[in-house]
Amino acid sequence: MERIFYEEWDGFRPGRWSSTSVNLRDFIQKNFTPYDGDESFLAGPTEATKKLWEQVTELSEKEREAGGVLDMDTKIVSTITSHGAGYLDKELEKIVGFQTDKPFKRSLQPFGGIRMAVNACEQNGYHVDPEVIKIFTEYRKTHNQGVFDAYTPEMRLARKSAIITGLPDAYGRGRIIGDYRRVALYGVDYLVEDKKEQLATSLMRMTSKNIRLREELAEQIRALGDLKKLGEIYGYDISRPAKNAREAIQWLYFGYLAAVKEQNGAAMSLGRTSTFVDIYIKRDMDKGILTEEQAQELVDHFIMKLRLVKFARTPEYNALFSGDPTWVTESIGGVSIDGVPMVTKTSFRYINTLNNLGPAPEPNMTVLWSQRLPVNFKKFCAKMSIKTSAIQYENDDMMRVTHGDDYAIACCVSSMRIGKEMQFFGARANLAKCLLYAINGGVDERLKIQVGPKYRPVEGDYLDYDDVMEKYDDMMEWLAGLYVNTLNVIHYMHDKYSYEKIQMALHDRDVKRYFATGIAGLSVVADSLSAIKYAKVKCIRDEDGIVTDYEVEGDFPKYGNNDDRVDSIAVRIVRTFMDKIRKHHTYRDGVPTMSILTITSNVVYGKKTGNTPDGRKMGVPLAPGANPMHGRDTHGAAASLSSVAKLPFRHAQDGISNTFSIIPGALGKDDQVFMGDLDIESIAQELANGEI
Amino acid sequence: MTGYIHSTESFGTVDGPGIRFVIFFQGCPMRCLYCHNPDTWSVKGGTPRTAESLLEEYDSVKEFMKNGGLTCTGGEPMLQLDFLTELFEKAKEKGIHTCLDTSGVTFIPGKPEKFLRLAQCTDLVMLDIKHIDREEHKKLVGHYNDNILAFAEFLSENGVPIWIRHVVVPGITDKEEYLYRLGEFLSRLKTLKALDVLPYHTMGKSKYEQLGMEYPLGDTPPLEKEKAVMAREIIMKGLKDGLRRRIGQWK
Repeated sequence: MERIFYEEWDGFRPGRWSSTSVNLRDFIQKNFTPYDGDESFLAGPTEATKKLWEQVTELSEKEREAGGVLDMDTKIVSTITSHGAGYLDKELEKIVGFQTDKPFKRSLQPFGGIRMAVNACEQNGYHVDPEVIKIFTEYRKTHNQGVFDAYTPEMRLARKSAIITGLPDAYGRGRIIGDYRRVALYGVDYLVEDKKEQLATSLMRMTSKNIRLREELAEQIRALGDLKKLGEIYGYDISRPAKNAREAIQWLYFGYLAAVKEQNGAAMSLGRTSTFVDIYIKRDMDKGILTEEQAQELVDHFIMKLRLVKFARTPEYNALFSGDPTWVTESIGGVSIDGVPMVTKTSFRYINTLNNLGPAPEPNMTVLWSQRLPVNFKKFCAKMSIKTSAIQYENDDMMRVTHGDDYAIACCVSSMRIGKEMQFFGARANLAKCLLYAINGGVDERLKIQVGPKYRPVEGDYLDYDDVMEKYDDMMEWLAGLYVNTLNVIHYMHDKYSYEKIQMALHDRDVKRYFATGIAGLSVVADSLSAIKYAKVKCIRDEDGIVTDYEVEGDFPKYGNNDDRVDSIAVRIVRTFMDKIRKHHTYRDGVPTMSILTITSNVVYGKKTGNTPDGRKMGVPLAPGANPMHGRDTHGAAASLSSVAKLPFRHAQDGISNTFSIIPGALGKDDQVFMGDLDIESIAQELANGEI
Repeated sequence: MTGYIHSTESFGTVDGPGIRFVIFFQGCPMRCLYCHNPDTWSVKGGTPRTAESLLEEYDSVKEFMKNGGLTCTGGEPMLQLDFLTELFEKAKEKGIHTCLDTSGVTFIPGKPEKFLRLAQCTDLVMLDIKHIDREEHKKLVGHYNDNILAFAEFLSENGVPIWIRHVVVPGITDKEEYLYRLGEFLSRLKTLKALDVLPYHTMGKSKYEQLGMEYPLGDTPPLEKEKAVMAREIIMKGLKDGLRRRIGQWK
């Protein structure tokens, strides 16, 4: 492929990014300008922004009144080019593009599963066109159907009992971040050429692996062609690189828009774009063709679009995720591997949208926090967190070690190098339920049927720690195997019937695939085992001899108090289960990882989990993620956080989450009430000098 | 030596400068009507702990305690004076910032030896003056305030920095006269470093219910923030007038 230095790149420092191949990291490192000042340069919303946002607010109001959905597509199957242009107000919008031909209209995406798509419509009072249903039932197989064709009876049962739960077998798996910046930096034609070269140099020996790769590359090339057409629909030629800030944001957004038109994924994250965009904004400002107000307007309009990403979903789905999240996660900040903070003025501008448009959960602004971030940025983040509660923080110092300085977060905690790594999202296994299976020899405590293997159940009135641990180990062994194999089926079928063409087109050819598993109920398990070890736990059996309840006699150490006696149990469970996961074959050589991260679905999991030996009752929510159980951490936040911090990241590399709420008053003095410091000596001095 | 400890809190943010490890001592001679820790009153009970074990617990979370340190509160820490002193001395050996949150009620003006030793290992005292008026003080907490005011002057004389806290309770301490007199008294404290005026709140009520106790202040309403701000202004006026008079005397 011939390399030329495009005129649109004028003013950029060249490097490997311009002379050899697609390399966003190199472009950013060569060209970004760190900023360590404060937020005083920021601009408020323009008149256009205010008008547009008013319009959005009105539509949101109407959507709420209509019961959560304002309009749905029932006939046109969503693809990258399926719809004509849609606008809020064409004259005012600096950044354009909607998923369908108008804002707030949800698209029809049946490739994951026609039943889910039909249900999502029906339950909101819409009816999918019978012709579409016929096509996706009789002629075109979906991901969901593929999965159920291959599931074993055991997998279906485990799914029904919810020992494995939240599986992406009827909805899009998401958690893939296309490198949308590539569209802006290189233009689509360059990317197509690059992909063609990848196809031309791919192996010719036709094993199923190589055939699949060739087919996928061909699909990617076609998707890039569609992306170019999407630009044309809105009157832009995105075959060329973007020549200014407005085009850079617009090109980038077209890349993202193509992805959300094609996929209704559980998490459709954006990546790490603020510092990239800053390079364009700075270049325009240096040229004198962009003011601060205009720059902020571009960012505001872009973020506004991201807030309006919507999917058609069912009430059950919304219950699982406590609402209708899209997880448009944008990772901000972090430090380069040379130790330079990657905070730019546009990092501030992105967060400033929370001022200009008001707080919102999406896009999910995630600050990659490092001790080395500039203090002014830290202060600004803290201030904005207090004001809006809308910023998520993640530990860059920890993730940079394995991921370098051009990774981003998908969903809430899953880190991946952009355009080089992706993940197979695998929901989670319920380890609390697994413990109950160990006690009951694989019989489900709620359904009262044999789900797990028929191992010997616990005998006697009181639980014995060594006995339970041995049985638990066996049951986890079974669960890990079943879980990984279930995921293998899911991801095989997802690739086959609902392949993420455009997102993968914005990746390198040879990507690293993380095989992301997850666990739920860690703190319940740790406390239960602690109760068995340090107190006495009596079994209560029903008429069939199934243990359905427990009586705890005496007190026991509880996870969340920085007490090694129980924290070490939690650590051991994490390591043990991860090691069991590692034993199994994973689809496409996926690198197994594990997360401890439920943020909302722990409520639903709790409903499906019977009484547990820690005294928790049936139906009571499990703690979110790696959190201690509610109210059991009695030694304050630092002790609670210290317990969580003991969990080994290398055995839970897909992320450990701790949902932490604190009332503002407990975080420090309220300056209205505490009037702060005074120094009596200086007051006396001033009085003596007659100054006051 | 062992102390009797009610509980510990690893993330205190309003108990002195920075983030602090807070130790709640068991037992208190005061019976403040609005106390929000009545579970620490009884001198019976508490968990016996050594200074070493408490400092070990501090160490386990010390990364969080940047610019912060250790605060002893309660209950009344000075009720276990020897243990408290040992704990603070050992903390100082480790370079930990020490803060004592006290009512000062157990101070004995005629016998300062032990208190001098404590003062030497205390970086900051947060002194809670409940009421400036001797009789009203007795009504509110069950003791006269003589020892408390004497303790404040003792700290001032011995160079220990003081933060004063004062809760404004509607109908009890919100009279202008009392606030002004409090300010005048404070003007005598050379090491005064902060004055926090807190509006009375009713968050302690639920604890009384849990403990099966009657809440002594009944339906006394919480004080609005603005009134606390006004109260502080009155105290400051008293303080400045007091200072002016004294400056006049110097001249």
